[in-house]
Amino acid sequence: MNSESITFVFINAALINNFVLSAFLGICPFIGVSKKLETASRMGMAVLFVMLVSSVCAFAVHKLLVIIDAQYLQLISYIVIIASAVQLVEMFIRKFSPVLFRALGIFLPLITTNCAILGLALFQTSKDYNFVQALVYALGAGAGFTIAIVLMAGLREELELSDVPGLVKGTGIVLMLAGLLSLTFMGFAGLGG
Amino acid sequence: MDNISISSPEQANLDTVLKGLWKENPVFVQVLGMCPVLAVTNTVMNSLVMGLATMFVLVSSSIFVSAFRKVIPRQVRIATYILIIATFVTVADYVIPAISLEVHRSLGAFVALIVVNCVILGRAEAFSSKNPIGKSILDALGMGAGFTIAIVLLGIVRELLGNGTILDFPVFGPDYEPWVVMVLPGGAFFALGAWLLVFAWFKERGSQKQNEVAA
Repeated sequence: MNSESITFVFINAALINNFVLSAFLGICPFIGVSKKLETASRMGMAVLFVMLVSSVCAFAVHKLLVIIDAQYLQLISYIVIIASAVQLVEMFIRKFSPVLFRALGIFLPLITTNCAILGLALFQTSKDYNFVQALVYALGAGAGFTIAIVLMAGLREELELSDVPGLVKGTGIVLMLAGLLSLTFMGFAGLGG
Repeated sequence: MDNISISSPEQANLDTVLKGLWKENPVFVQVLGMCPVLAVTNTVMNSLVMGLATMFVLVSSSIFVSAFRKVIPRQVRIATYILIIATFVTVADYVIPAISLEVHRSLGAFVALIVVNCVILGRAEAFSSKNPIGKSILDALGMGAGFTIAIVLLGIVRELLGNGTILDFPVFGPDYEPWVVMVLPGGAFFALGAWLLVFAWFKERGSQKQNEVAA
């Protein structure tokens, strides 16, 4: 069993080893959906929500797989869980909060192929977290993803107004910006002690 | 662009393979599957293994997707493709540690994450589900090779600048001061951004030449 304190697990997932900027998970939505601040923050919320649900499910399924001694099914069962968790979350939100459902729109189904979610499930298994730690880890990872994508969206909105040379326009300049952000986040390395 | 329609069958087959290498390169042109591209390219060896593993999954899943394309119902096709892909990724995930434990450790969870690599699902949906097995294999080979070449190129830049070596062979001699930033996460973004710049420059020069010829 892993004995990291809950505060450390959270800060580690959100800042020190930020999922997007230092573990390179969820780069596709990070680049694809970070053009506007509003959509970016919604995407971040949706990811946070799905991460919490799928983290709980993955925890339960891992326990089950260990009991029946079939860990080689881990990957296949995780991906099925995530796909169904996304579907479940979608139905749940549509039923209980149509406003939020409309706000999230297309982003919900797209989360299935977000590697941050699968990465979270795999990491929490390999780090051998207990239930509370896994939950906090999911919370931290979701918060970290939201922070990164919102920061990026803010930068890109500013970028719209500036004079960028023709060649670097588009993904090129976004990657350079992400590099600078990633360097900045390395400053958090000492936080956990 | 549309020279496939007027060329012979052999030429068309060659085009299917070659388009993945350059014209529709999954990394530099389509900018797909970024996560492994950025995460494991800190050394040439890691890049190479990752590229080959992705290519293996791409080719084998395209065979299966293409073979069952008439049986799979449309409504559940994406879920079926993901299951097929996940099966082959599990195979790769168990074969790599059997060959080299060291490479397995440095790649970490990223072999398992090939499942959500959009290049593979993209090819299954856009090509293998509509074409016969032979053509799908050619397409998967081309795309896989394009992906491998792209991430090895990235790995070469990062290992050379960040460590002064290529495949652990020192290139710059003992007095070289390594750019540590290139092996850190930030360097991955910078290196990929720079490669995209180079590609954009090539494309721009190509279209300029075409304009000159037309004029």
